[in-house]
Amino acid sequence: MSSPSLPEETTVLTEELTADVLVVGGGPAATWAAVKAAESGASVVLADKGWCGSSGATAAAGTGVWYVPPHPEAREAAMASREGLGGHLADRRWMARVLDQTWENMHEVASVSRYPFPVDERGEQLRRGLQGPEYMRRMRVRVQRAGVRILDHSPVLELLLDAHGAVAGAAGHRRQADRPFRVRAGAVVLATGGCAFLSRALGCDVNTGDGYLMAAEAGAAMSGMEFSNAYAIAPEFTSVTKTAYYSFATFHHADGSVVEGAGSTRGRSVIARTLLAEGRVLARLDRADEAQRRAMRLGQANFFLPFDRLGIDPFTDLFPVTLLAEGTVRGTGGVRITGDDCATDVPGLYAAGDAATRELICGGFTGGGSHNAAWAMSSGTWAGRGAAAFARALGEGAHRRRLTPAGGVGLRPTGTPGAADGHREVTEAVRREVLPYDKNLLRDGAVLGPALERLHDVWAVARAGLRGHGKDAMRARRAAAMTATARWMYTAALAREETRGMHKRLDRPHQDDPGSRHRLVTGGLDTTWSVPETGAALPVGATAAVAAGVAR
Amino acid sequence: MIEVVSDSRCVRCDICVKVCPTDVFDRDADGLPVIARQSDCQTCFSCELYCPVDALYVAPLSGPAPEGSPHRDEAALAASGALGAYRATVGWGGGRRPGSTRDANYRFTAGMTGQPGARPAPLPEPALPPPAGLGEYGA
Repeated sequence: MSSPSLPEETTVLTEELTADVLVVGGGPAATWAAVKAAESGASVVLADKGWCGSSGATAAAGTGVWYVPPHPEAREAAMASREGLGGHLADRRWMARVLDQTWENMHEVASVSRYPFPVDERGEQLRRGLQGPEYMRRMRVRVQRAGVRILDHSPVLELLLDAHGAVAGAAGHRRQADRPFRVRAGAVVLATGGCAFLSRALGCDVNTGDGYLMAAEAGAAMSGMEFSNAYAIAPEFTSVTKTAYYSFATFHHADGSVVEGAGSTRGRSVIARTLLAEGRVLARLDRADEAQRRAMRLGQANFFLPFDRLGIDPFTDLFPVTLLAEGTVRGTGGVRITGDDCATDVPGLYAAGDAATRELICGGFTGGGSHNAAWAMSSGTWAGRGAAAFARALGEGAHRRRLTPAGGVGLRPTGTPGAADGHREVTEAVRREVLPYDKNLLRDGAVLGPALERLHDVWAVARAGLRGHGKDAMRARRAAAMTATARWMYTAALAREETRGMHKRLDRPHQDDPGSRHRLVTGGLDTTWSVPETGAALPVGATAAVAAGVAR
Repeated sequence: MIEVVSDSRCVRCDICVKVCPTDVFDRDADGLPVIARQSDCQTCFSCELYCPVDALYVAPLSGPAPEGSPHRDEAALAASGALGAYRATVGWGGGRRPGSTRDANYRFTAGMTGQPGARPAPLPEPALPPPAGLGEYGA
């Protein structure tokens, strides 16, 4: 190998695997990618940081699905309803193909996985929602039956590149066996989820932007990173988010008076301001009638766990609420997609689910669960098939390529390595800049600018000295990935000098200037950049250098 | 966060060690899962849901429950029926019907983004009078 290898690789035997397609991640997008790659005839390894089946934002929750019958009027309404909200950045062609693919995949959820859907009075299955634990348990079974080799508790730490810069595998660490592993692959699908900065939003702590960092190190760009300020309502001190149900809430000050204008959709910033000013907002789901209360109980199975276990009746008692950051998990930013097969700027690298940008169907406005769920199964399908086709085209030589590891920050410090627990300090420094409502939710250029400078400083320190060994390598890389993600978020948020979609700039309240109806492509490692998307493909591997000259 | 692993109920099947997405458990010398990295627990309730013998309890708090908290009292939790309650709701375990067949969440997503049906509208006014006593949260 031409680059320095990791120190531990020399002392512990590395587990070496070979596959046509490596899927990184273990949630909906990853499992669909693995199944569809295998059905295309590829040998597949799926490596997940956690456990495929319980990992990710879907497995712990319940989600709607953007599942619309193939009737022209219904499909038209489904697409039209999102365009304005998303700031006219979505793409009708992509919306149509996601609706088609989701229709097909939900049929497979019923017929192949035999998901126990509820039925209506005529006995017809109602397929507009999925309960996470049931859905993902069945997806894991389907992945296994497809012959995919699953590596649980095996965080991938970095991508491996061939001599031409194509992605040709990945390396990581099997944390329960405490042993490094390496997968040579014809192509790699990143389905690692979004980034919620360890906010404890339900199921999201495994979503720390790992795939974004690895993609960028290989030369890929991001898109839509300014749409990264989603916050969910949850009872204070708990993890259980289900913002949709709070449309049945009234919100109160600590003295019991009503917080005017507070709400779950338009009024979330009012809740944020009240929390900042007064430290406490109380809620009560007192606008739900009896039938609605019963229906809520039968929706997300764990929504009522905190209430039941804390002795609160949320329909009659006031309880304190908080807002938990969901970053790009419910935002729409992620790795830029350059083809219908969910290819990225780098050959051999595909992105799916929340690891990819969801602007193509949501523009700049969160799709809540429904759109993200539809996107995960659709993009996973396309990425899995695309990766399988790429690997097939490589032929026999695919596994004889000379590999170079692409990982930098957190693995190969440029200066003197710092303390073993240096990841803690980096993580906290990043969280201080991205979690507060008065920085990320209520955005203002005068605040974002200095915050971004501090994040650049965090990066510089991490790049020079952050390093984790063995099991701790995952923590170091996670801290690095969150740092990179935060910098791309604020670089893009400063570049978009207007209000559009969920990106609301207090200092730029002007909305939807037709001259700004373009997506922002963002990237860079030591220097970050953000440029309007022109439609032309960015030069592979040279995006940072080229665009840095334009942007900074 | 995960607070209770019941030694008497646990059958040492290791399922919780495997399914925890954030790798919170280790096994002790007797094979009993121990909460080795509680601060990594994301309070997703997965371990509790997958436990076949209702031996685990996840307190609904994102931070550790204080000493003496009822959320750490196995006997009290067992007596209250909290152990295994979530698994029963999801409908996992022998002889149970999957909770997803009773899922009514589609009602709340109906009418959104062009989907069929009409979403239930919240009542225009709270069904309850303005709060009088605020209890422990009013201070």
